[in-house]
Amino acid sequence: MSFILTSIVMFVFWMLISGETGVIFIISAIVASLFVSFISHDLLFPNKNTTLSLKRLLRLLKYSPWLVWQIVLANLDLIYRTLHPSLPIEPHMIEIETDLKSDTGITILANSITLTPGTVTVQARKDGSFLVHAIAHGPANGLLKGTMQAKIKAIEGDEA
Amino acid sequence: MDHSSIAIIIVGILLFLGCFLIFVASVGIVRFPDFYSRLHPAGKTDSMGQAMILVSLMIYEGFTLATIKLIIIVLFIFIVNPTATHALANAAHAGGVVPWRKGEKKR
Amino acid sequence: MFYWAAIIIILCAMLVLYRAIKGPIICDRVLAINAIGTKAVILIALSGYIFERPHFLDIALTYALINFIATIAFQKYREMGRLD
Repeated sequence: MSFILTSIVMFVFWMLISGETGVIFIISAIVASLFVSFISHDLLFPNKNTTLSLKRLLRLLKYSPWLVWQIVLANLDLIYRTLHPSLPIEPHMIEIETDLKSDTGITILANSITLTPGTVTVQARKDGSFLVHAIAHGPANGLLKGTMQAKIKAIEGDEA
Repeated sequence: MDHSSIAIIIVGILLFLGCFLIFVASVGIVRFPDFYSRLHPAGKTDSMGQAMILVSLMIYEGFTLATIKLIIIVLFIFIVNPTATHALANAAHAGGVVPWRKGEKKR
Repeated sequence: MFYWAAIIIILCAMLVLYRAIKGPIICDRVLAINAIGTKAVILIALSGYIFERPHFLDIALTYALINFIATIAFQKYREMGRLD
């Protein structure tokens, strides 16, 4: 199942990048995508349950508008801090605990922490605890409240 | 004012905002006091500025195959840039770099 | 318009180059080189439109990949002392 899905994704990617529709190009696209998915089909869909991966992808699309809004807020905050003459920053490290289990959830949370205001992930561990560098006390409070963790827990779902 | 001149104005505004954000990111990388705080402009402002310039190119192009390539580059940047930042932070933390505190000398 | 944007991005890359030369620790330098590389991706895409050759976008995509792999290779080497 993951083999077929990976080869379809690879074929679509090849066609989008090349844009050629001659017979020889399509044949080489099919051969190359089958070869690549034969080698590495367990990397794109790591767990056996592929429907779960697709469900998580759909939930991720629902989550992304909120993330884009947070990125805009982060940039406004950082523009203020960078161009202020006296550089108003107080860096410190914080530890947070989450109950995320899957690799997908941990990866999405680590990238989201880096993109949202005032925080950068320094260490993401397998058991779901994070070491975070915060640039000031104000914007880091949103992370300690845990709204983002709840949203990403909803993406991960209860299964597996 | 017809349709294409409005598109050109939007392209210009997005291009200006993107250049401004990239400038702010460069100033931040030069100005911030230590390695961990320099990660903030490199991870956030830089990727947003690049995305804005690429979106302005998309609007300039209209809807063709090049637009899809630009969308792929934007998605790639938003996945890759935080990951590279995190990798560097992790390497520095493993190497024992201590974060700067308020009141110390700049490094 | 794209011309002026390209010039501004080159000036910003020079600003970051200061950090790459001065940076007290090696991680600072790699961070600056990574930032210059991501600016180069934008510069390649813009120059494709300045010289009206949209095929430059493929080169931009490849450059973004190589830039990311370089940073990850540095992190692996720093953390484990080898590259396998």
